[in-house]
Amino acid sequence: MTQPTPIPTEPAPLLRIAGLKTHFFTDDGVVKAVDGVDLTVEPGKTLCVLGESGCGKSIMARSILRIVDRPGRIVGGSITYRAADGRSVDLAAMSPTSAAIRQIRGSDIAMIFQEPMTSLGPIQKIGKQIVETILLHRRMSKAEAKETAIEMLNRVGIPRPRERFEAYPFELSGGMRQRAMIAMALCCQPRLLIADEPTTALDVTTQAQILDLIADLKEEFGMAVMLITHDLGVVAEVAEDVAVMYLGKVVEKGDVYSIFEEPKHPYTRALLESVPRLGVRHAGRLPAIEGMVPHPLVRPTGCPFRTRCRAFMPGICDVHQPELQRQGRTDVACFLHNPVPAHG
Amino acid sequence: MDDQTPMDDVILDVRDLSMHFPVRAGMFGKTHSAVRAVDNVSFQVRRGETFGIVGESGSGKTTLGRCIMRILGPTGGEIGYASEGAGMVDLAAVEDAQMRDLWREIRMIFQDPQSSLNPRLPVIELVGQVLRKAEGLKGAALADRVADLLKSVGLRPEILHRYPAAFSGGQRQRIGIARALATKPQLVIADEAVSALDVSIQAQTLNLLQDLQEEFGLTYVFIAHDLAVVEHICDRVAVMFLGEIVELADTETLFAAPRHPYTRALLSAVPVPDPRQRSDRRLRAAAPAEVTDTATACKFAARCPHARDLCRRQRPQKRTVGGAEVLCHFAGEI
Amino acid sequence: MTMTQTELANAAESNIDPTPIVLGPWALVWRKFRRHRLAMVSAVVVIFIYLVAIFAEFLAPFPTDQTSVRHTFAPPQPLALFVTDADGTRFRPHVKGLKMEIDREAMRRSFAVDAERIIPVGFFVKGYEYKLLGLIPANRHFFGPLDPRDPMYLWGADRLGRDMFSRIVMGTRVSMSIGLVGVAVSLVIGVAMGGLSGYYGGWVDTLIQRFIEFIRSVPTIPLWMGLAAAIPLDWPPLRTYFVVTVIVSMIGWTSLAREVRGKFLSLRGEDFITAARLDGLTDREVILKHMVPSFSSHIIASLTLAVPLMILAETSLSFLGIGLQPPLVSWGTLLKEAQNIRSIIEAPWLLIAPGSVIVVAVLALNFLGDGLRDAADPYSN
Repeated sequence: MTQPTPIPTEPAPLLRIAGLKTHFFTDDGVVKAVDGVDLTVEPGKTLCVLGESGCGKSIMARSILRIVDRPGRIVGGSITYRAADGRSVDLAAMSPTSAAIRQIRGSDIAMIFQEPMTSLGPIQKIGKQIVETILLHRRMSKAEAKETAIEMLNRVGIPRPRERFEAYPFELSGGMRQRAMIAMALCCQPRLLIADEPTTALDVTTQAQILDLIADLKEEFGMAVMLITHDLGVVAEVAEDVAVMYLGKVVEKGDVYSIFEEPKHPYTRALLESVPRLGVRHAGRLPAIEGMVPHPLVRPTGCPFRTRCRAFMPGICDVHQPELQRQGRTDVACFLHNPVPAHG
Repeated sequence: MDDQTPMDDVILDVRDLSMHFPVRAGMFGKTHSAVRAVDNVSFQVRRGETFGIVGESGSGKTTLGRCIMRILGPTGGEIGYASEGAGMVDLAAVEDAQMRDLWREIRMIFQDPQSSLNPRLPVIELVGQVLRKAEGLKGAALADRVADLLKSVGLRPEILHRYPAAFSGGQRQRIGIARALATKPQLVIADEAVSALDVSIQAQTLNLLQDLQEEFGLTYVFIAHDLAVVEHICDRVAVMFLGEIVELADTETLFAAPRHPYTRALLSAVPVPDPRQRSDRRLRAAAPAEVTDTATACKFAARCPHARDLCRRQRPQKRTVGGAEVLCHFAGEI
Repeated sequence: MTMTQTELANAAESNIDPTPIVLGPWALVWRKFRRHRLAMVSAVVVIFIYLVAIFAEFLAPFPTDQTSVRHTFAPPQPLALFVTDADGTRFRPHVKGLKMEIDREAMRRSFAVDAERIIPVGFFVKGYEYKLLGLIPANRHFFGPLDPRDPMYLWGADRLGRDMFSRIVMGTRVSMSIGLVGVAVSLVIGVAMGGLSGYYGGWVDTLIQRFIEFIRSVPTIPLWMGLAAAIPLDWPPLRTYFVVTVIVSMIGWTSLAREVRGKFLSLRGEDFITAARLDGLTDREVILKHMVPSFSSHIIASLTLAVPLMILAETSLSFLGIGLQPPLVSWGTLLKEAQNIRSIIEAPWLLIAPGSVIVVAVLALNFLGDGLRDAADPYSN
């Protein structure tokens, strides 16, 4: 396997995931939710992880913060995070309950979710929750923390922040709750924000506002963003880099223009063709991807996409697992582009 | 324009339909006010077409669908339905027993196949129970019919005795579609039928719905929030906002020249899957003020960038502008 | 690489991904339950206890009313399995005899082990006559002294010299069956009331809920005492037993009714229930085919958890002397006999033996119920 060696002058990535495997050991069998993911997040950039449900994108993100629920666990690979002081730590090797990972959660890497109530406790006032997070990670007096929290609520576009400081999460609308969660995630000025489908449950008009907000805050704080989504429109709107995942693997990654303009992997291509677009009336049928996402318990051998691939090559795709290799402007894992390994 | 539509072509004729949910409070459940989930809605659906109802959450589109299905009993108005057997009937007024028969002609596809399929029953029961009831089928005859239905939605008939947990979302939605089609319905209400599906499954499901429409001569009422999907599959579209239809037009008219400011706002908010067409963020409207539902103002006035004094004083009336029915004082001007 | 048409076709065929076999709902419940170790052990214990209840006469070496003046308050005799004498050690289950000594000054009797006297114990020995399962006349017992007239007090004797072990075994039947019958009664009332309440809603619901709240707000012990006091003393024991069961089930049905109502309400809004209605199913069919199967396992779990409550209720009533009356033997009536200081000091086994049996039974039923409750909804995650 040949790994492209990084050019020394390039700045080191903020986060490098290599060969990450997170498996779930269920009663029915082993679900290989994440099965060998390679990714890098560059400082100050937005990486969109694009994939359908069951492709492992959320589990991959949760693996970074070590918040994968049982019976899932990381069984291989590394997650190298480069801290502000320049030292690198392997998050995959840490204990999920260690003080070190807890310090990184929140203060270095923050996460927001599709459902704000997963991170906002229902019985505490929003202001108090943010203040507690600040006090946990930053050296501040209570009064300072309160001012910071109100400033943060203001910054995420919550009208009348001083009043809302005293509100309970259930008193806010969906969009406002999402903003409050972002405020809480950003109050410690993390260096990486992981946003797991942050707008999926929202209406389009609210979605647009939240995406704008994340983009503005990213510029303001100079943080990196890993945005997980299934929506090609969202990707096109905010991404700089894109990684396309399918069945626990990254099948293609590259910068957003290359992915949208010169997709190499048949899955990426089919995905781009099959989505209905405003103002583009297909006469009749959409060029759809045939077949179904395989059941998580019965993964195909070889290439994960082969059961739905129009370019399926018997004897190759069902035998060998393609690895990510640079082809032109993107990294792609497909035997249409990559050399087939020799037998034996 | 509706006046020119021949009546025998209309399968669904909704007039002034309202669904107000009383807000009860206090110890004795006194009614204080009402949520006007659907407020004086009128439209017609022609036989064989796909009629789209689009709107954001809280627009009343799902309530509207449930009123047509008579899952909810509307509080006002009529739902004329051209039944195969009984001629024109008012779904808002028929007896429960008659509605049970009409449910064979009018079927529903649910949004979430996960929750609409009982996890404790195998496929043959899920798809076949309506046939058991409607046609008294059982045993091998039932299995054959269900197998045929499964084939027609692109599923293998061997799955008859599997439970829903064995299937992916797309397969489950196909089971839901097979169930809806079991009684050879005339009218299918699809409530967010593809929203819960993945991108790659959405396209094939839309294609399947179109194929089935052609094959069985179905009429769809397609309720959705995804404008691109609605544009793709619908012949005519109604845009709902806070219980009212603010704009109704042919798909092409509506998407090419949206008249209502809300339709425009909605269209401009949809992210385009093309990084070269990134919308300029600064052009978009700021965070909306909280919506107030007053009896004397246009419901959209608080969010409308074109709102004038008149909009805050008076409810707009439906007007026809350029082939579209628009609920706006200034539909022709902006 | 060249391939023939058929090879290509085969390759394409093999490229279809299979759907995995997914277990049916009850198999899922069983699998989830099996992983609950404590519940599994408890299930075995509970089954054992009910077997004891069913075959009580067979297991009890002596009749519950067989008194012996010479053995009042006789302490437990340990069961030994081997005899060692001049001929070596061999397997021969036995208990040692008891020697009674009377302390004339304190006017007290005490017992000492008579190491000389070996009372051989055997299996399937002849004893008093009974009817197995109430039908088959028999006189064999699982074990007992070879000579039925020999004393064998494994768990000691009470103030009339009755064998505690036999009495506890026989009491198991009464106590455990009160639990079952009580639960059956509350199941019927609870499901009916909860179903009416949840299905019809409106004023029926309000009425039933207020009624339940009223019942639950009445302090239970005084309520029972009042009801129990109304039982005439001259009623035959069987009728008392029945009435006590009904009184005891007064506590069970309210919580069950609430649970059933809650399930009805939450299921009524589910899409799959709406879908079933749209399939033309009548209300009755929707309830029987879709709603009941969805919460039947929950009901089984809460019923299991109600059984120990019933047992404890019976015990409390009998302990207070207002429940079952002698000669009926239950765990509660046995405890009642240990109600004085003298028993506790001089014959602690009167308290310890029935007490520990009650604790074991109640704990086992609770663990079993917990396990069932956890396993009840295999679709919860």
